[in-house]
Amino acid sequence: MNRHLLTIDDVTREDIVRILDTAESFREVGTRVIKKVPALRGRTIVNLFYENSTRTRISFELAAKRLSADVINFTTSGTSVAKGESLKDTALTLQAMGADAIVIRHSSSGSPYALTKWVTGSVLNAGDGTHEHPTQALLDLYTIREKLGRFEGLRVAIIGDVLHSRVARSLTHALVKMGAEVTLVGPPTLIPPDAPAWGAEVSYDIDGALPKLDVCYILRVQRERQRQQYFPSVREYARLFGLSRERVGMMPEGTLIMHPGPMNRGVEIGSDVADLPQAVIEQQVTNGIAVRMSLLYLLLGGSGTEETSPDA
Amino acid sequence: MHEPTLFEGARVVDPASGRDGVANVLVEDGVLTAVGEGVSAAGAAVFACDGLVLAPGLVDLHAHLREPGREDKETVESGSRAAALGGYTAIAAMANTDPVADNAAVIHEVRDLAAQAGLCDVFPVGAITKGLEGEFMAEMGEMAEAGVRLFSDDGHCVPRSRVLRMAMQYSRAFDVVIAEHCEDVGLSEGSQMHEGFHSYTLGLAGEPPEAEEIVVYRDLALAGLTGARLHLCHLSTAGSVELVRQAKAQGLRVTAEVTPHHLTLTDADLVSYDTNLKVKPPLRSADDRDALRTGLADGAIDVVATDHAPHAVEEKEAEFDQAPSGTIGLETALAVVLTELVEPGLLTLTRAIEAMSVAPARILGATDHGGSIEPGRPANLVVFDPHAEWLVEPPFASKSRNSAFLGRRLRGRVVHTMLRGSLVVSDGKAQR
Repeated sequence: MNRHLLTIDDVTREDIVRILDTAESFREVGTRVIKKVPALRGRTIVNLFYENSTRTRISFELAAKRLSADVINFTTSGTSVAKGESLKDTALTLQAMGADAIVIRHSSSGSPYALTKWVTGSVLNAGDGTHEHPTQALLDLYTIREKLGRFEGLRVAIIGDVLHSRVARSLTHALVKMGAEVTLVGPPTLIPPDAPAWGAEVSYDIDGALPKLDVCYILRVQRERQRQQYFPSVREYARLFGLSRERVGMMPEGTLIMHPGPMNRGVEIGSDVADLPQAVIEQQVTNGIAVRMSLLYLLLGGSGTEETSPDA
Repeated sequence: MHEPTLFEGARVVDPASGRDGVANVLVEDGVLTAVGEGVSAAGAAVFACDGLVLAPGLVDLHAHLREPGREDKETVESGSRAAALGGYTAIAAMANTDPVADNAAVIHEVRDLAAQAGLCDVFPVGAITKGLEGEFMAEMGEMAEAGVRLFSDDGHCVPRSRVLRMAMQYSRAFDVVIAEHCEDVGLSEGSQMHEGFHSYTLGLAGEPPEAEEIVVYRDLALAGLTGARLHLCHLSTAGSVELVRQAKAQGLRVTAEVTPHHLTLTDADLVSYDTNLKVKPPLRSADDRDALRTGLADGAIDVVATDHAPHAVEEKEAEFDQAPSGTIGLETALAVVLTELVEPGLLTLTRAIEAMSVAPARILGATDHGGSIEPGRPANLVVFDPHAEWLVEPPFASKSRNSAFLGRRLRGRVVHTMLRGSLVVSDGKAQR
């Protein structure tokens, strides 16, 4: 494992398996009455969130606390520049306070890379602009493996605003790496023309893609994209690319329905579709904690040897 | 007056006269008095130049000196010193200062500051439109009377075709040059880099090459319509090179420039999110870079210009999408061209000197610069060691250090720069 987690590109196939296996052993912790292990006792983890993201922050916070680490939440809305203090100065401050790991969420692509130049601790990318969201991809992989038991040859469609989706980037790289067949589906304005170079197929026809899927992964579509002319109206988007109840019927029975949240019910996903038994959206959230525990543990020097393993 | 200076045994490369061979060069009272084998002079300060190249002082058509307005980034003096150390004896200072150089008063101020510094001739560029706002023509006539030869709203394109058409037509009264920064801002809005595989993968908003080419085409059409002299700044795409090539074949009065960074770097270099590589126009694909190199070699592109754009450290040490665009370039341009183009055989040394001195001097109307190296001509010269290797790192003479080439080893180091007979750089050190 690298010291940082900036992009899924840096994580090998073997590392992914190790992260998921370690998460497996941590998941049991969440079912205990006392949901805590001492693995990172005395270590300091900072959640540096420049973007509002309650669910990701809470997930990281819970993960760190269940490992007995000390957690500090540094949350600010807007950019660091608007706030007055630069990202660099904030980083140097956190460095001076002895942060062992910094979990950063930022609206600017590449910000975690900049952070690594100024701190000695581990940097975890919790979503940077429209670049990547590697921990989301890993928890999605965990959920897929849990439900379907494999990746090789799985047919996965990622549907929606791929162009602006950090989730789509990380998940595509991760799934391709694990041997799945990925198709990116959406209006042409929201699918990067160069996506085939990532190893994914591209389709503008959701109905053609659905009948052969093992996993149907729906992306959140921001309403402001309409104002930016990516599609003419939310209504038309929902009609052409939303996963309606009728479209669910076009998929094989066991096809998983996934969504990174938060959902726009009635837009990219039909109002009641998220409540179907094949929708595993809540399990994604639950698994997120275990996967983030695994990542913090492995990045912060949990050696993975028997003596210090979470089961010990 | 200075004592006579004799450069002994240099390889004299003078594209204007076609000379390329070892000779001695004698300078007296600011003027070249003898060039040839065996030239000597009693009492002259002698500089042994074995293995060194002596050429006409370099001329940069495109530098941002930031004064007046942003003296924390650069001043006319610090920029002139950076230029002299880079082998330049004349530079054009872009108009996007604060206040904007859209009137003769600012032109005079910049020129006076340059004269006080005495390191390099500075030719202020006049704005095409008032305040660079693209709406109303600036007083080009008054600035032309004050000696301005090049007009540009650089940093911006003149977006309204009618405004540009009028400026081009008007410019013909003074036979000055309209220099355009070609960018369709409606298409490039919000972009951070070249659009392509890398922008999609890095999650940075991309600018397609067409954002430049659409405006290049429009400007060439307007040059045809008006008969104006058009200069195209920092071209970055294969399509632009082809458009200029065609326009020249049709006889339009058009010239074009390319920067050292567009000739050498590509969008693939941005994978580390290094903000020093964030420039406008953006670093393009390898195919574009190769087309720029070909265009420079075959004359479709006339000039290598730096687009020297100093920015404060704290501005560049920011999130990628919040950092300003630009790289400094005056101190590295020659070495980049020598290392990346001349040494691998992509460009002859003569062609490099032509593009960095002769052609820009002609466009700028800088008649004292660009050669030839012959008796009677003003002694504006550079002497450099084409093989001396050095590491690009601070400190720079520039007040800023946002170089796209930081950390690179380059070959080619300026030894002496002579401005009208005075050694402003000697043994690689600025003399004032």
